[in-house]
Amino acid sequence: MTRKAAALISGGLDSLLAAKAMQQQGIHVEGINFFTGFCVEGHTHAIRKKDKAKPKRNNALWVAEQLGIKLHIIDIVEEYKDVVINPKHGYGANLNPCLDCKIFMVSKAHQWILQKGFDFLVTGEVIGQRPMSQRKETMPIVANESGAEDLIVRPLCAKNLPPTRPELEGWIEREKMFDFSGRSRKPQMALAAEYGFDDYAQPAGGCCFLTDENYSVKLQDLWTNRGAKKYDIDDIMLLKVGRHVRPSQAFKLIIAREEGETRFLSGYRKQFQSIKTVSHAGPLALVEGATLNPEQIRQACAIVARFSKGKQADQVELSFSPANGEPQSLQVKPMPAHEIPQSWYLV
Amino acid sequence: MKTLQVDARRLLCPMPVIRLQDSIEPLPVGTEVKIVCTDPGVINDIPAWCRINGHSILKINQQDDEFHITVRKDNDD
Repeated sequence: MTRKAAALISGGLDSLLAAKAMQQQGIHVEGINFFTGFCVEGHTHAIRKKDKAKPKRNNALWVAEQLGIKLHIIDIVEEYKDVVINPKHGYGANLNPCLDCKIFMVSKAHQWILQKGFDFLVTGEVIGQRPMSQRKETMPIVANESGAEDLIVRPLCAKNLPPTRPELEGWIEREKMFDFSGRSRKPQMALAAEYGFDDYAQPAGGCCFLTDENYSVKLQDLWTNRGAKKYDIDDIMLLKVGRHVRPSQAFKLIIAREEGETRFLSGYRKQFQSIKTVSHAGPLALVEGATLNPEQIRQACAIVARFSKGKQADQVELSFSPANGEPQSLQVKPMPAHEIPQSWYLV
Repeated sequence: MKTLQVDARRLLCPMPVIRLQDSIEPLPVGTEVKIVCTDPGVINDIPAWCRINGHSILKINQQDDEFHITVRKDNDD
């Protein structure tokens, strides 16, 4: 009887190797990839024009194709909010709830294998590789709190961990797994070479915006100024785009930095107040927050004009549009750079 | 057979792939699905998803900033 395993596929090298190691033992493997909304690469490539020349492959799909396995991409944006907002085990260096994230994903994957009739789970975790979520002490926490218990196999460091049920039942052989530990990537690279993989995503972190300091500053600002730890999918997309300038608690400007971002932000003009330069080439800006009063509109337009080709001009004409409303035209003097305090920039 | 239409405009990858995956799952083999997207990443991602899941790309058209992709469900595993 062929045993079946679901492998958590992030698109990185470790999950590729872990799934391959199980295939080498005759296990039928299918991949699961969770979409939280905070994933880095695809979105920024899609938005920014300067990145258009880069290949836009989705690494999880690419890994699945290399392995010849199916990949099930699961949208967990809504359920994931509780992980981000109330992490039981706290945040890492930024707003990254890595341990809670791992527990949540393993829990979802465990439910998935129970529903689909699979036998066990596979992850690419390596002891000591991540300071928060991949430590010897956290491995049993993930197994216990997710409910997966002894059905979670970590082939890359299995020899450093107690035997799992698939090993004890004889579905897989412990001796054919590995004892990797620590942050060195050399054992993984050697194994990749042994398996014939010479093209894989650059490893070790950076796949989630929540580990990014600048992104976390913007998310924290959003929560602080809303007075509640809440977000929706548009919020987390817009935090990835543009220059964020907050002149007051009441509102923030999201100012496009280049053409691709202008095009992306223009898709939100029906939902947000927006500002666009008319007399000079310049960026589109969205206003996030309260409905602006006339004084705030002039201030916001002066800031946006500062980032246009007319920044040295005496007057710049701009168009201010309420959300889904009639635009109004204004002439303002661009705000000089020295009048924009550094504290307004959310970076 | 009627072609199912899926609107994935303004969604960034992998969301268009998820929309396609979730739309196609309950359909019978042979059904065609036409998905309209604006993220250029779909040009790579949807064909890759079809290859690994055993479905066929019938047509890819670009109209201005939109990508119209027609997929046929070939596999019910």
